Amino acid sequence: MSNEQIKNLEEIFEARIARDEKIEPKDWMPEKYRKTHIRQMSQHAHSEIVGMLPEGNWITRAPSLRRKAALLAKVQDEAGHGLYIYSACETLGISRDELYEQLHSGKAKYSSIFNYPTVTWADMGAIGWLVDGAAIINQVPLCNTSFGPYARAMVRVCKEESFHQRQGFEIMLKLCNGTPEQKEMAQDALNRWWWPSLMMLGPTDAESIHTEQSMKWKLKRKSNDELRQQFIDQTVPQADILGLTIPDLDLKFNEKTGSYDFGEIDWDEFWQVVKGHGPSNKKRMKDRVGAWERGAWVRDAAMAYAEKQEDKKELKKVS
Amino acid sequence: MIQDFLVLCLESYSVAVLIQTHIHMSKNWPLWEIFVRSKNGLEHRHFGSLHAADAEMALENARDVYTRRSEGVSIWVVESKNITASNPEHNGELFEPAQDKVYRHPTFYDLPDDVKHM
Repeated sequence: MSNEQIKNLEEIFEARIARDEKIEPKDWMPEKYRKTHIRQMSQHAHSEIVGMLPEGNWITRAPSLRRKAALLAKVQDEAGHGLYIYSACETLGISRDELYEQLHSGKAKYSSIFNYPTVTWADMGAIGWLVDGAAIINQVPLCNTSFGPYARAMVRVCKEESFHQRQGFEIMLKLCNGTPEQKEMAQDALNRWWWPSLMMLGPTDAESIHTEQSMKWKLKRKSNDELRQQFIDQTVPQADILGLTIPDLDLKFNEKTGSYDFGEIDWDEFWQVVKGHGPSNKKRMKDRVGAWERGAWVRDAAMAYAEKQEDKKELKKVS
Repeated sequence: MIQDFLVLCLESYSVAVLIQTHIHMSKNWPLWEIFVRSKNGLEHRHFGSLHAADAEMALENARDVYTRRSEGVSIWVVESKNITASNPEHNGELFEPAQDKVYRHPTFYDLPDDVKHM
């Protein structure tokens, strides 16, 4: 194809997205669109998969059967969400094996929030309330993104995500209405998860290199800073209901804007964690790669069994 | 001589690729397309895809991946390689001929307003 032909196709393509038409896997698309989507969707799927690890940590130690069933269901949902998005990503011509390889080798990123440790039961509450809360704010606009398979996967994800946040808030509420020690535990979890949750919504607009292109392709509807403000504005009143204090001395309602002003985010910490120097980066990757490697014989055995069954069927046909 | 050498190289390369593809194939679970009927009276609808070693496992995995909240009463699984899809680049030849056949629609026909039940 000549450069002019490609330019022509690109114009038709951008016009389709501007008209809110969906792009499906076999449609012509610019190489950059394909690559950007593989990058973002795989990061998203990896985050769901790695996101199971900090919570899996507490399944065997949940304080009651009710909490255990809920946590188990939540972690299973996360596996499901990872699988929806991986298969949507594979429609762009990349294999599951390549995607896993990128995660395991560290070539692909996942959400930096999962590189923090979950040291008390209250962390299960804080993660559901704050981390899933921030995730929902990020994900709802993606239900309308331009790439059909991603949008469809996100509709299912968003439907399921609301239970995650509510069960987290309920854990916090129970602790806050409990003994002083339990309430202190909830406050401690909020102290540790608040700032990483704000960072989770991504670097400030000035630092965000992909924003403009992503807005055009509807991979993004609002900028990181707008999403962060929305998250803070809706979360502060929830903390009030819990009777907890948000660990930010500069947090103050601004009558003029109708929003909360907030203190400086420690972006050095964010970039350190993204670059692999967070408290749990190494552990997460070790656990993930270990699980994959230890499961290899199961995958091989299942395949060997399937092949054997297939051979038997063939033999029956012949005789 | 050099030609023989090149042919030999080429052949061993193809053998290597064949072996690799075979190892690759025997190691990875194939991809399946999942169709779910949400309730009786409705058609099976494409829900997504997943990897599984065989059809039986694809059904079990589909149950866990796509119907965790009673989204279905029946599941079909089809190995993705068995699906033949039309090419969007040929949408012109394939679908445009229907566009100028307005006479296939009831509103094409002019009838007086007082004709009822038609």
